[in-house]
Amino acid sequence: MEARGGLKLQGLVKRFGEVTAVAGVDLELPAGRLISFLGPSGCGKTTLLRMIAGLETPTKGRVFLDGEDITDRAPHTRDIGMVFQTLALFPHLSVGGNIGYGLRIRDVPKDQVSGRVEELLALVSLEGLADRRISQLSGGQRQRVATARALALQPRLFLLDEPLSALDANLREQLQVELRLLQQKLGITTIMVTHDQREALTMSDLVVVMQAGRVEQVGEPLAVYRRPATAFVARFIGSTNLLEGRATASGRVRLMDRELDVTDAPPMTEGERVVLSVRPEEAHLSVADRPAGNALPGTVVFVRDLGEFFECYVDCGLPDPVVVAGSPRERVGVSQGDRVTVQFPPEACVVVRA
Amino acid sequence: MTERRKPTRGTYLVLGVPLAFLGVFFLLPFGIMVATSFYHRIPGGFYEAGFELASWRRLFSGVFLERTGFSLLISLLAGGVCIVVAFPFTYFLSRMRRRPHVALLIVVMSALSLSEVIVGFTWSVLLGRAAGLSNIMVWLGLMDEARAYQPGFLAVLLGLCYIAFPYCVLTLYPSLSRLDREVTEAAQTLGASPWRTFWTVVVPISRPIIMAGFLLVFVFTLGSYLISAILGRPEHWTLSVFISDQASFNANVPFAAAMALFLTVLSLAMVGIVMLIESRTRGAA
Amino acid sequence: MRAAKWVLTTVVLLFLLAPLLVVAIVSINQNRYMDFPPEGFSFHWYAELFNDIGWRSAIQKSLTVATASAALAVAVATPFAYVLRAYRIRLSPLLYAVGILPFMLPPVISALGAQVFWNSTGHAGQIENVIIAHAVFFSTLPLITISLAMETMDPALPEAAQTLGASPRTTFRTITLPLLVPSMITGFAAAFVLSLNEYIIAYLVAGFSVETLPIKIFNSLRYGFTPTIAAVSVVFILIAASVFTLFAIFGNLLRFLGADPAILDRQP
Repeated sequence: MEARGGLKLQGLVKRFGEVTAVAGVDLELPAGRLISFLGPSGCGKTTLLRMIAGLETPTKGRVFLDGEDITDRAPHTRDIGMVFQTLALFPHLSVGGNIGYGLRIRDVPKDQVSGRVEELLALVSLEGLADRRISQLSGGQRQRVATARALALQPRLFLLDEPLSALDANLREQLQVELRLLQQKLGITTIMVTHDQREALTMSDLVVVMQAGRVEQVGEPLAVYRRPATAFVARFIGSTNLLEGRATASGRVRLMDRELDVTDAPPMTEGERVVLSVRPEEAHLSVADRPAGNALPGTVVFVRDLGEFFECYVDCGLPDPVVVAGSPRERVGVSQGDRVTVQFPPEACVVVRA
Repeated sequence: MTERRKPTRGTYLVLGVPLAFLGVFFLLPFGIMVATSFYHRIPGGFYEAGFELASWRRLFSGVFLERTGFSLLISLLAGGVCIVVAFPFTYFLSRMRRRPHVALLIVVMSALSLSEVIVGFTWSVLLGRAAGLSNIMVWLGLMDEARAYQPGFLAVLLGLCYIAFPYCVLTLYPSLSRLDREVTEAAQTLGASPWRTFWTVVVPISRPIIMAGFLLVFVFTLGSYLISAILGRPEHWTLSVFISDQASFNANVPFAAAMALFLTVLSLAMVGIVMLIESRTRGAA
Repeated sequence: MRAAKWVLTTVVLLFLLAPLLVVAIVSINQNRYMDFPPEGFSFHWYAELFNDIGWRSAIQKSLTVATASAALAVAVATPFAYVLRAYRIRLSPLLYAVGILPFMLPPVISALGAQVFWNSTGHAGQIENVIIAHAVFFSTLPLITISLAMETMDPALPEAAQTLGASPRTTFRTITLPLLVPSMITGFAAAFVLSLNEYIIAYLVAGFSVETLPIKIFNSLRYGFTPTIAAVSVVFILIAASVFTLFAIFGNLLRFLGADPAILDRQP
């Protein structure tokens, strides 16, 4: 299948009266991939998606699909398929009626429609349910019907607005995998809005992290995780320790009375305020007197032993306790009140914009 | 988050047809009625176009003021009686088990579906001397001889309450049935008897809808015609009966028109007060 | 408290049922004049209802007026409610107020207004006048039910239709309108029942030439009583009670009246 559905968003702004939902977004998104718009509620991700769908008109900016300017096109003339947060299944139509809706209003002959409906039902593992009423379906089944309906016309863009938020945790994880496999099988350009960072990391080829109407970072999931560009991204995706210090002349970072080594640090001026992100699982506990590498001494304040992993909160004299996480094998025998040293290699330190 | 769409020329056309219908068949008649209130009444006959304030001056006459006062009084009474009975009734109803719950609701709805003229008729029988309540009492030996309670003030009041009662119940029902059971249960665990719980918890929480129910009955009975006409003597006529009487038998249409306009203002004022109180209590809630 | 509950419920129940019982008993009374205890029983007043041409005509007129005016009310209210909710119209709260005004005012006002209107047109005393007057007065009911349905409709439904390629017109025809049909039916039913029972508007507009059922009953009360009136009443009651019982069995009567379904399920 040739890759169609390359999107370009140019200077998109959306204001609702006094409120600015999208404050200027420029993106070039590759075709045939699953892209997530990730961020907390109110960050503008849904508004951005709706502008791509044509359900909101941008206050400023243009939208291009495969090089064509579609900004002024009504939603029913864009080549899209969308799954809504409420799923928006038509209650007065059956499962087959919903899935075949797009075909029927284009006057496709009845037998062709039912053939295609059966195809799509098989695609989402709901064979034989064409005549069911929507009210008789479970949450997971409804989600699949909404997916099948959106894909019926083989659109260039597949848009999903928090499609799994109404489902319980187990079902959600199962459907995450199913949706991803489906997308890969069809090779369709897919944009998914979610506030769940684990969902984004599980399913995406590309993650667009947003906050307050702007894009904070774009990248592959693991890259965004390992090298967050800003403190916001570092905190929003996974959990992290944020250590604030001052740059030294030799390219190290001074924190209280210690100097820390940072690998791949950007150019810094002496005395400049620097924030480092260190993931808890990259840090270790050490009881040795003079540990190597970056080390911060402190006192254990709290320990969480969760079976599959543990977390240790250490007060090192900083505003927040430093968190060290690891598997049970790495569990050094410490308890509340013990003096320890938190150790982390230079590669684990990422300079982030505050 | 859905914006309402921008209207096109076609939209205004679609809106215009029903609007024109309402304009011609409601606003225009209303306007004609305003004009008619200034017309000259030909004694013993019709009316002719003109401009005089004779009809408006009659609004200050004793007869009219008496009718207005009576209408307001009986509507207030009906509102009070209805809410005092309907509120606890609906509260108990909402807590009943399914079978009696549904059965009672069907009885209430059936009463609702009786037309006003039939309600007037049946109460005139019940309160009459030939085959009514007093006859049953005589038959049972509790009374010496049958009496007619209609036409009379009590008959009109009972009739109005009967008509308004189902509407009152249906207004109270949604809120009372949604009243969190756990709120009353909490009160009981704190030592309040069911009686105290009712007065110190249920009633205060329900103040807004009690007010709504009362005002519904008040405004509704203010406009009532048939009950008063069937069950009351002329001294028990409401404004609606009086206006209709002037419009048909006495053929004093200009005066009827003036009164109708007065009644309009009065009703709108009542609705305005309702909305004011509602917004105040909502703000306080 | 328990005792108070049962006393109150019984009193109210008797109060509500009393007229229904009276009317039932009178309708099968042998004699023309009401008496108690009744002398004998007979169903011939019911037969009279269907044989007497006066009553048949009144029933037919009432049904005609009710059907036509309810249909007209829905036809007027639907585009009105839809456009006001779906489009940005200036002064839409004011227009909505005009739409609900007729029903909010005492009926005698609409009745008198209609009377002077039709008198001035020289088209007085026709059944169409009553139909139109009722349609205007009762249009508020479908206006409210349809507006409510529009407000509670998931706004994503028409959007979904659009993403599937439906133009605004097709969306209205295939999605919005079918979903509004239940509220249109409810509005029709309410207007129909109320029109059937309405007296003062029908009387002032064309009472002498178009004798609807309520008018005939009222006249009968004034000028001569027959138990046929009672027979009519019983028929009305039975129809209403059956409709509601059916609704309770097959529909969800309690949810329809506003009860919270979750709370209901908790009760035994």
